[in-house]
Amino acid sequence: MLSVSSVAIKLLKVVNMEYEVVIGLETHAELATITKLFCGCSTKFGAEPNTHVCPICLGMPGVLPVMNKKAFEYALKAAVALDCEINRFTNFDRKSYYYPDLPKNYQISQNYYNLGIDGHMNMSVNGSIKKIRIHNVHLEEEAGKLIHPEESGADYSLVDFNRAGVPLLEIVSYPDMRTVDEVESYMQTLRKILLYTEVSDCKMQEGSLRFEASISLRKKGSDKLGNRVEIKNLNSMKSVIKAIEYEAIRQSELLDRGETIDRETRLWDEVGEKSQRMRSKEESQDYRYFPEPDLLPVLIDEKWLSAVKNSIPELPLARKQRFIEACKLSDYDAGILTEEKVLADFFEECVKILERPKSFSNWIINDLLREVKDRKLDISNLPIKPRQLAALVEIIEKGTISSTIAKEVFSDMIQTGNDPQKIIEEKGMAQISDEGLIESVIDKIIAANPNVIEDYKKGKKNALAFLVGQVMKETKGKANPKMVNEKLAKKVGV
Amino acid sequence: MKIDKKTIEYIANLSRIELSNQEKETFVHQLSDILAYIEKLNQLNTQDIKPMAYSINTTNVLRDDKLEPPISREDALVNAPSTMGVFFKVPKVIE
Repeated sequence: MLSVSSVAIKLLKVVNMEYEVVIGLETHAELATITKLFCGCSTKFGAEPNTHVCPICLGMPGVLPVMNKKAFEYALKAAVALDCEINRFTNFDRKSYYYPDLPKNYQISQNYYNLGIDGHMNMSVNGSIKKIRIHNVHLEEEAGKLIHPEESGADYSLVDFNRAGVPLLEIVSYPDMRTVDEVESYMQTLRKILLYTEVSDCKMQEGSLRFEASISLRKKGSDKLGNRVEIKNLNSMKSVIKAIEYEAIRQSELLDRGETIDRETRLWDEVGEKSQRMRSKEESQDYRYFPEPDLLPVLIDEKWLSAVKNSIPELPLARKQRFIEACKLSDYDAGILTEEKVLADFFEECVKILERPKSFSNWIINDLLREVKDRKLDISNLPIKPRQLAALVEIIEKGTISSTIAKEVFSDMIQTGNDPQKIIEEKGMAQISDEGLIESVIDKIIAANPNVIEDYKKGKKNALAFLVGQVMKETKGKANPKMVNEKLAKKVGV
Repeated sequence: MKIDKKTIEYIANLSRIELSNQEKETFVHQLSDILAYIEKLNQLNTQDIKPMAYSINTTNVLRDDKLEPPISREDALVNAPSTMGVFFKVPKVIE
């Protein structure tokens, strides 16, 4: 196993010196339907093994699959969101390969008329926008789950077909990525798009979002692609990055020794942080694709397509750009606010009530998200409503409470869900703006600090700040600081 | 297309089946005969004929995303050649 720093150094050598790393990603996302693609079995995760099955998803003879309309529309929605050209005539094909997690010995997928082709996705990498082309987006069925017994020497595997037939969206990128930063951004941006369009829950820990990487190296300046190696079994985004780094180094070392790269599939070993040869890649003709005779083609007319187009919300990157331009937020702040759709919605609700985007952005990023983290709150079910945060900001602007007190009120709001007005009233936190009262405190402080007044008159300007502090202390932070400043300055004669 | 022993071995590998030498010889002849028979179709002139994969002129047969009851696990497993507990049992999968 390579240590972290040696990986970093070797990788730097790979990319800085001779080679360009060429990376493409295949993404599989389970669609958020209630039932499977071709039958009414549940897609719910975590059920008892082999209880969400029926003759159709078990591949029994004589059954007839029927397409789930919702799954088809989700796939169409994702293809449109990725700016694909939509094949108005689309059909399904059998992909034949023999593997025990595939009950029919073929997978129903798409090959000749993919739902979407030639799309692209814009993403932000280190502050600039990069466009990654999408080769195709298509719909297929998920395979079952194989369980390998832990006992050593076991000569069998076990199969759970609950997952077989769950609708799966496959998104194939062009090999347009060159760095792990780009790969990271691709994964994050794609995940956000799938979440924003609500076509998948993207839970990586449940396997509903998975990536496979293909990597090849070529000499800098060359336009000929090298033999690519596909890497499977990448269970997290972190694994994707590590596996790509490992593979880039492995290939560069082979090429340095004058060896050639085999076109193959490798399996990532998460614990050992290395990859192993899995099988030499079957050629695509070996899958013997042919149109699935049990399913009829689907035609997408203008009306259907425009209904799907209209159902697509503003996508995260566009929303972020709008926040930067219309609300004058920084790139960083707008990025955080659009990270999750619910958070961006929260922010916009606030701004709709009171046009103070900068204040809301600060409150949400600095205070709300800190509370979410500390208290492990569910971001889609926050104890505070946009209306309440807007009320708090308005109260601060009116000068009813100081910003220090406001933090206390906010924390109280999170804990109790109460309105800020109620909290301020009940706890007597309102700011003192009573001129007479403030003047009497100022007189008292001046009388008690003759030396400081002397210093101030001699030109020691910061003596005034000390006096302001004393007044605030006396009033337990509740005196209106602006008023204290003005009155005090007048009294000591500026 | 010429079917030789190598082609037979290649197909056998894709199909995950083992063949004896004698079977391979038999299949070289049988598959060659089958292909030769099918190749008769090439004599037809199909120049102006559009490719067709579906014999009926219907499209868009879709169903609603509505739950249907599954079958029982006992029923699911009853016809399997081999089972273990709640699972189907298959020969060890070697990558």
